[in-house]
Amino acid sequence: MVAIVETKDLKKVFEQGELKVNALRDIDLTIHKGEFVCLSGPSGSGKTTLLNMIGGLDTPSGGEITVDGEHVDKMQKAELAEMRLHKVGFVFQAYNLIPVLTAQENVEFVMQLQGMTKSERAEKSLAILDEVGLKGMEHRRPAELSGGQQQRVAVARAIVSGPALVLADEPTANLDSKTAENLLKMMRKMNEVHQVTFVISTHDPLVMSYAKRLIKLHDGLIVSDEAQ
Amino acid sequence: MQQLGGHSLFALAWRNIWRHKRRTILTLSGIAFSCFLFVFVTPVQYGAFDSMVDISLRMFVGHAQLQKKGYLDNPQINTVIPDVDAVANRLRNSGRYDAVAIRAASFALVSSNQRSYGAQVLGVEVDNEYQVSGIPSMIKRGEFLSSNNGQQLVLGRALAKNLKVDVGDELTLLGSGVDGSVAASILQVVGIFDSGDDQLDRFMVEIPLQTFQSMFGMHDSAHMIIVSARRPEQRDILPQLLSGDIASMPDLVAVGWEELIPGLKEMWGLKKAGGLVFMLILTVVVVFSIFNTFLMSVLERTKEFGLMLALGARPRNIISMVMSESLMLSVLGLGAGLLLSLPLVLYLAETGFMYPGMDEILEQYNLPIDKVFPQINLFNILLGPSIIFFSINLAAWIPVLRIHRLKPVDAMRTV
Repeated sequence: MVAIVETKDLKKVFEQGELKVNALRDIDLTIHKGEFVCLSGPSGSGKTTLLNMIGGLDTPSGGEITVDGEHVDKMQKAELAEMRLHKVGFVFQAYNLIPVLTAQENVEFVMQLQGMTKSERAEKSLAILDEVGLKGMEHRRPAELSGGQQQRVAVARAIVSGPALVLADEPTANLDSKTAENLLKMMRKMNEVHQVTFVISTHDPLVMSYAKRLIKLHDGLIVSDEAQ
Repeated sequence: MQQLGGHSLFALAWRNIWRHKRRTILTLSGIAFSCFLFVFVTPVQYGAFDSMVDISLRMFVGHAQLQKKGYLDNPQINTVIPDVDAVANRLRNSGRYDAVAIRAASFALVSSNQRSYGAQVLGVEVDNEYQVSGIPSMIKRGEFLSSNNGQQLVLGRALAKNLKVDVGDELTLLGSGVDGSVAASILQVVGIFDSGDDQLDRFMVEIPLQTFQSMFGMHDSAHMIIVSARRPEQRDILPQLLSGDIASMPDLVAVGWEELIPGLKEMWGLKKAGGLVFMLILTVVVVFSIFNTFLMSVLERTKEFGLMLALGARPRNIISMVMSESLMLSVLGLGAGLLLSLPLVLYLAETGFMYPGMDEILEQYNLPIDKVFPQINLFNILLGPSIIFFSINLAAWIPVLRIHRLKPVDAMRTV
């Protein structure tokens, strides 16, 4: 199996004056292509920090991370931006979409940054919006969509350009259970149909129930790593 | 290769500026109003001053003068332009000037039966003086000089009062001729003028040129040739034009109005400085308002910028977008301002206008009643809008620079 994410002795220390908080302690982790992984744990366990390290949104204090074979820990700011653009799709808890863009334009945003042609963007974005069940809502702005629909747009945006992995930070936190379940079904479908690797941080049992692999963190340490 | 430019960037920027319609309309109104003021005030200020300068110069001094070198700094009676008629005719024949008139000047003791006063005596070409001086039209009693060699004079109202003379009375003039001999003549008062300028009215006497030349032993010489420009834009380059015409006469010099009345130029300098201060205050107010709008706009979108950065956008993409917003706001605001102000200022430039009470002031000083015409040229029209445009876009850089330092994770945590 191809490893998409590998971390070795990964550390992150947050310093607030003289206070040092070890958010991640010597994390060794390998995530393979096509996995649907949940990082769970209580608040402050380090799951979001780990997700940010993998996605190149934050830099580690020590150790190594490779994403799709590239050393993220050694990258400069511009290289990190390039890596995020081409290899990683993000779904955040809230404030996921650009409010002045329509659903279709939000989906096209990353492809536009990648330099894709207009026709190619339109073709891909319409297809993916259809796939996530938002056909006919392409021209709606985020304010005209429900929370669940907004997250579907976010998922569509995250996977439309075929990234090596999709990182989702508490994607169901602001959704009711029914909407959350629909979203998770859709993400699983994308995982199975397109072989997209998902790494989701959550403390929602519903999300964990959809995971193929569940990694539990506590105080910056992996306390369990089980296939489901 | 990252691309967020061209049409998409502008479309995004355009939508962003209309997120808060009321705020945008207020900002645009501020820019448009300041632009309106600039575009209206600058040409009016230049036009009003131009009109004032022209009125002042046409009143007496002329737009430029030809003199013998050294006369301006040390006006001696023997510092003369010889064969002055020939020089004046050469200028008239060139056809480049609106009016050319010869004057001679000296000082004399003017005595009536009862009193004596010192006065400046001017010898003027009777027919041509009308074209370069307001004095002939300011005669309040009697009439202006009628003959180039008559034994007649006109004098100011205050001097006539001091000498206790009226039209028809005789005055004795006693001075020094060119050769140092006594210059004396008895002349009849034919007119009394009231220029509104007390100093002029208390001090000046005009007599026919040939009478002056004969009295002061000047033969065919005089002290100055007064020249008026044909067109307003010719006024400031008149000395250069005249210098070309007198190139073969190295003893003569062309003196422009700025040298003849340095006070007038200084007054213009002060008025311009005042205008500049007004512009600066207005610009600072507008720029602070735009700066505030932009700072708010950047701060409230920090999360959104964080999201864009997380998705792979570069800071330069976001900066281009925000600067496009600033560009759009300034272009829209200035466009609206120009649209409001230009028709008005162009209309006034065509018809002219008068400040309330302006006619009364002009009448009080016996100045010809003339309208103010805003001075329209690219500099006057574009100076204000350009200052606003560059200031706004410069001010927008300050909050925008913050984007450079944003980290996606921190930005997305912003409340």
